[in-house]
Amino acid sequence: MHFTVNGRPVEVACDIRTSLLDLLRDHLGLSGTKKGCNQGACGACTVLADGERINACLALAVQYEGREITTIEGLGTATALHPLQRAFVEHDGFQCGYCTPGQICSAVGMLRELDRGVPSHVTPILTEERVALTHDELRERMSGNLCRCGAYNGIVDAIDEYHAEGAR
Amino acid sequence: MTPFTYARAASVPDAVQQAAAPGTKFLGGGTNLVDLMRETVERPSALIDVSRLRAGIRGLDDGGLLIAAAARNTAIAEHRGVRERYPVLARAILAGASAQIRNMATLGGNLLQRTRCTYFFDDAGSRCNKRTPGQGCDAIDGLNRNHAILGASPACVATHPSDMAVALAALDAVVHLSGPGGDRTVSLDDLHRLPGERPDIETVLAPGELVTGVALPALPLYAHSTYRKVRDRSSYAFALVSVAAALEVKDGVVRDVRIALGGVAHKPWRAWKAEAALRGGPATEDAFRAAARAELADAKPLAHNAFKIELATRTIVAVLAELHGARA
Repeated sequence: MHFTVNGRPVEVACDIRTSLLDLLRDHLGLSGTKKGCNQGACGACTVLADGERINACLALAVQYEGREITTIEGLGTATALHPLQRAFVEHDGFQCGYCTPGQICSAVGMLRELDRGVPSHVTPILTEERVALTHDELRERMSGNLCRCGAYNGIVDAIDEYHAEGAR
Repeated sequence: MTPFTYARAASVPDAVQQAAAPGTKFLGGGTNLVDLMRETVERPSALIDVSRLRAGIRGLDDGGLLIAAAARNTAIAEHRGVRERYPVLARAILAGASAQIRNMATLGGNLLQRTRCTYFFDDAGSRCNKRTPGQGCDAIDGLNRNHAILGASPACVATHPSDMAVALAALDAVVHLSGPGGDRTVSLDDLHRLPGERPDIETVLAPGELVTGVALPALPLYAHSTYRKVRDRSSYAFALVSVAAALEVKDGVVRDVRIALGGVAHKPWRAWKAEAALRGGPATEDAFRAAARAELADAKPLAHNAFKIELATRTIVAVLAELHGARA
């Protein structure tokens, strides 16, 4: 199977039953993407496929053949943090850190959806071209990412700040 | 997962041809099927991936829309025509699952997803007539707070989990199918079956038949519609009860109305009785309540879900009042 992962072409031979999550972690050594529930309920495995956030645990790897996958390792490194990673550090957007890679990949995808004008469950007027990222909007749009430490206030602040800086 | 073969369909005829072998299943976004395969509730011998087939949304000559089966939930909800002319559909999709899942899930897969009854999922420890026909049902005398109050049978009390399908039922949507016997259409309301004695047979699809798209008729009524979902937490949870409705009132009289309920039955529940009770009558809360009660008169609660009768009644009244108030 052929993929582009974090900008690099990769060729992997694996069992057809392999999920995209297991492919990334076990076959490519990209352990930044986390396995939480392994059933699409927690969002710890969130990665970007052609820029769109998905749950890697619910994806058969073979279904994403030829696609461009971005993981947390493709967003930032320990020496060159992604600005959103820096914001998570500054705002205590985590405690144990297990959900954090998924939160950050999800937030990157979420802000692209917002830019596109995708409405959410709490958007009052469906037909509006631009949706403002209120805290209600942010929390609703991030509801697919659970944090058992309950660092939600820090997570919201971090994403909020990153978004506000980008908008400036 | 039990072993299977995988093939990507090049076209609808190719998919239908490849699906002729027994044990074959079509794969959409995989958000439900992959999970069920991991739990060994589903054990297909072959998967035909139809997620790269047509995914577009186009206008029809009659002014309606045709949504191709591989359209992702997000793409449907963000489509301008859907948001403007079928808001109930956009609202229903946005009330379902998480953004990640909505980016993966397809229209066809959404319609054919399986129940979230926990006994159905528990392959190792529970009896389920839907999973293993004739085995018995552990939900009927088990924890059945989430289960059906309408149209259930002694064999099965599971509910259909989709939000999108409830909106499509209210919109008189028409499902396009392609199979070994050719192409045909069925109304969304006729797509899913009530459980009866065969809860394992969930739709009227023939073996190997593929959902290729859903057509939305053009009717100004649909632009005045909305969806309300009542659930245990405010986001990312299945419905206890949901209501999709469209309402047209003139001079205080209900000219036309559509109502469908989610979370209450084995299929999206079109509220035909409530609609008939309302049409031509006064657009008042008393009339809304009487119509809701007429629809739920046949409800048969289980040990833990009698609350759904009053909840569905109140939610119907609230949604109709909201639609009526918004127009005034």
